Amino acid sequence: MSDPPWRRPSRPYTPGVPAWGATRAQAREGFASIPMDSVSPQWAWGGADGSGVRVCVVDSGVEGGHPMAGPVDLAVTAVPDEDGEVEMVPCEPTDRAGHGTACAGVIRSVAPGVSVSSAQVLTDGKTGSGPALIAGLSWAIEQNFDVINLSLATTRPALTAQLHELADRAYFRRCALVVSAHNRPVPSYPWSFSSVISVASHDEDDPMTYYYNPAPPVEFHARGVRVPVAWPGGGTIRSTGNSFAAPHISGLCALILGKHPWLTPFQLKTVLFLCAGNTTGRLGGAHDETC
Amino acid sequence: MGRRLLQSIVEVARHVFGAAASSIFLIDPATGDLVFEAVAGEGDGQLVGTRFPAGTGIAGWVAASGQSMLVDDLRESRHFSGEAAASTGYVPDSIMAAPLFGDDECVGVLEVLDRGADGVREMADVELLGLLADQAAIGLELLTRLRAAEPSNRSDKALRLLEMAESLLAPTHG
Repeated sequence: MSDPPWRRPSRPYTPGVPAWGATRAQAREGFASIPMDSVSPQWAWGGADGSGVRVCVVDSGVEGGHPMAGPVDLAVTAVPDEDGEVEMVPCEPTDRAGHGTACAGVIRSVAPGVSVSSAQVLTDGKTGSGPALIAGLSWAIEQNFDVINLSLATTRPALTAQLHELADRAYFRRCALVVSAHNRPVPSYPWSFSSVISVASHDEDDPMTYYYNPAPPVEFHARGVRVPVAWPGGGTIRSTGNSFAAPHISGLCALILGKHPWLTPFQLKTVLFLCAGNTTGRLGGAHDETC
Repeated sequence: MGRRLLQSIVEVARHVFGAAASSIFLIDPATGDLVFEAVAGEGDGQLVGTRFPAGTGIAGWVAASGQSMLVDDLRESRHFSGEAAASTGYVPDSIMAAPLFGDDECVGVLEVLDRGADGVREMADVELLGLLADQAAIGLELLTRLRAAEPSNRSDKALRLLEMAESLLAPTHG
């Protein structure tokens, strides 16, 4: 018998999908699992729109006036003080780079009722680095957001310990930290930590289709290739990358938490697993129903 | 000579992707500005030296996040950042950009505008651009280090490498 998927060496890169991603053929690979009959997509998010759930996009900012991304409830930005420390201070909901607005738009397209907030950590080429990321993520965790979308990764080993601590803090405070895998197959963080929900891309067009990855570290695959996304100024563009797969799962988490607000990140991840496209229908009767 | 190295990189990138243009921005360490250092194709000759404030547009996000990015349908949307693009005199339909890393810090961005008709491979193209960017960054780093080293501290090998690079990148080959 061949090795189980999680014991195998990492797959080589697949041309056509972002690093760590999967093609539709790979997503259909079987794996062993335990039946849990009562959880289905209908149970998990049927009829939900994310109302009452607070999501924070930690990124380049979110344009509050964009019809697909706004309104923005809270907006803060990273400002370095005289001692070189970074503070998060209130700001106008704006986005010069576009990436955060794109992520917020994807989240709202999946969960139209959510409250969206923005922590701007990519303010420029210099402070848009380690200290700002740590400050923004810390702020979002302290604010008790239900879901934090982080479509960013760092390759700096010096940040690993701090990010690890923050990811664990979010996990035990019931903040679901949804993180995209880096677009390049390089060692990077915090997507590779077990206390986050990590996401890479698949190459299908359906925004609600996602898969569990039986060969982690990436745990889920969601839409990430040629995704129509909101762009500052009011329009849309098509964009490709794991950055746009993560907010699909953030939106889904918001839908699930809107219906089942008591779920911990551990339970939420379990629900995501049980309702994934390659899991439903294989575990019991309730899963035959999809939505 | 650094500029010639960058110029050769954008020429290669432009040819590899059959693109309308390719350019390299370096980040000004003092201000964080993105500075056009080399351009091949549309805009060459006028843009070198032009600056954009840190964090502007797609190149700005790539510089700040250290991640590659690909966007399409820009012209269709008509809303895409326009100011920066319009100021270059060429508004593209698609942009692909990858970070240039010196050690673990992003020092610049390699960008390709409007890939040719075959350029619809999405992430495979982004991967290729990333590989080119890595080579470019390594070349740049080597050159910077060699030039920064006191001549007396340069090993014979390093000296020969520098001489070779200088001859390869001499104007007659440019």
